[in-house]
Amino acid sequence: MKLVIAIIQSHKLDEVMKALDDKQVYLKTVTNVLGCGRQKGDTEVYRGVKEAGNLLKKVRLEIAVNDNYLESTIQAIMNSARTGKIGDGKIFVVDLSQCYRIRTGEMGPVAIG
Amino acid sequence: MMQAVNYTDVVFILLATALVMLMTTPGLAFFYGGLVRRKNVLSTMMQSFVMLCLVSLQWIFGGYSLAFGPDVGHFVGNLSWFGLHGVGMAPNPDYAATIPHQLFMVYQMMFAVITPALITGAFAERMKFSSCVVFCLLWTTLVYDPVCHWVWGSGGWLKERGVLDFAGGIVVHATSGISALVCALVLGRRKGYPGHGIPPHNMTYALLGASLLWFGWFGFNAGSALAANEVAVSAFIVTNTAAAAAALVWMAIEWRVIGKPTALGGATGAVAGLATITPAAGFVAPLFAVVIGVLAGGCCYMAVVLVKQRFEYDDSLDAFGVHGIGGILGVIATGLFAQKAINPAGNNGLFFSNPSFLNTQLFGVFVAIAYAALLSFVILKAVDAVLGLRVKDEEEVMGLDHTQHQESAYTLID
Repeated sequence: MKLVIAIIQSHKLDEVMKALDDKQVYLKTVTNVLGCGRQKGDTEVYRGVKEAGNLLKKVRLEIAVNDNYLESTIQAIMNSARTGKIGDGKIFVVDLSQCYRIRTGEMGPVAIG
Repeated sequence: MMQAVNYTDVVFILLATALVMLMTTPGLAFFYGGLVRRKNVLSTMMQSFVMLCLVSLQWIFGGYSLAFGPDVGHFVGNLSWFGLHGVGMAPNPDYAATIPHQLFMVYQMMFAVITPALITGAFAERMKFSSCVVFCLLWTTLVYDPVCHWVWGSGGWLKERGVLDFAGGIVVHATSGISALVCALVLGRRKGYPGHGIPPHNMTYALLGASLLWFGWFGFNAGSALAANEVAVSAFIVTNTAAAAAALVWMAIEWRVIGKPTALGGATGAVAGLATITPAAGFVAPLFAVVIGVLAGGCCYMAVVLVKQRFEYDDSLDAFGVHGIGGILGVIATGLFAQKAINPAGNNGLFFSNPSFLNTQLFGVFVAIAYAALLSFVILKAVDAVLGLRVKDEEEVMGLDHTQHQESAYTLID
């Protein structure tokens, strides 16, 4: 079992969701997040005062997958979230030691699907 | 002899002027602002706000004179009132015999402000701010001012034919609505439309805005009596009646068709009812206002939900479906339901054995929308050639707040 954490461009969320659906990966958690990578954030101006280095708005997906779904999940995100420009984001994969489904009490790989 | 000023009328029209101002900002700004995505809310509100600033000056410099100044060939006013030269405190009996001429001028100014602001709903989320400013200034000067003169100006050719438009069904709503459709077609669709839903980011703003529009509309319609009199009371009541009826009808249709009545449906229905009663207010009885409201809810629902989805043009915030269809429908309804018993200065419609008046109304609204559509197309093409109309693709994706104004509306963390 793995936990896939993807930080992507906000406007790519629709495409990523569709790509994941196509691979039958339906269960996910999505949050708005702020961050900066090599872009070093963005500049905004309020009453003449420059706010440099503002963090950029990104979207984070958290997807718990069984091992046999890992590769297709990552490929789906990679292909759908890419624009080729700086700021496309990252994908982190971490080992998942356990998973429980609260409603049924199931645990392990069966609880992920 | 100088006309006598009636100070009750002065108070009433001053307040009505402020109410019409409130329709543009915050009314329309919040209505439209709530309906766009988070990344475009400021740019959308700015388009209404800047219209208040721009047209206020345009009107003082030449706009008022073009619309209401001394007639040139029944088509437009001349520029002799440039800078309000000769527009003083003495009433102008051609327009309003009991209030200072300057008060009539500023009341009309707020109509000129809101009309281009209505159009901005059609090109929301994709038009360059610079092009929006230039387009709207040209549109106000070349479309609004002449059409206003035709219908309301002393010597205007549609006025002389007997076309009646109490508070701006032709002048405001039909012209802006049809121009909105032309904008939607010329600019093209937003990225992702149709297909992806582009959901409103703040429905409470949209409801706040719609409610403020309703409130301000009392100044728009009742104020168009230009005096604190019985016609103003009549216009006030039918305005409220039509808005209520149209909102209920819209929600009832939704309840039947999609299973649930929606808040946005109610708000949109109310605005449709208000736009539709606008030309008829002051000429029709309350029970006919119910009929007008029902027609408004039904017809505008069809335009917004069925026709737009069928032809897939991106009239993003339904400026055409609500204001265009509503305005045209209202002008026709005036030809059906108007009666002199309500307003002796008006006319009798088809239902009061005067069918020729309906033809007059149809002719008036047809000419106005044809002119507005043609001129809008020409202005858009000219602006496109010089400045370009749309933001770049990546700017559209990032949002206009950041790319056009270098601001963002909301922070994620403090």
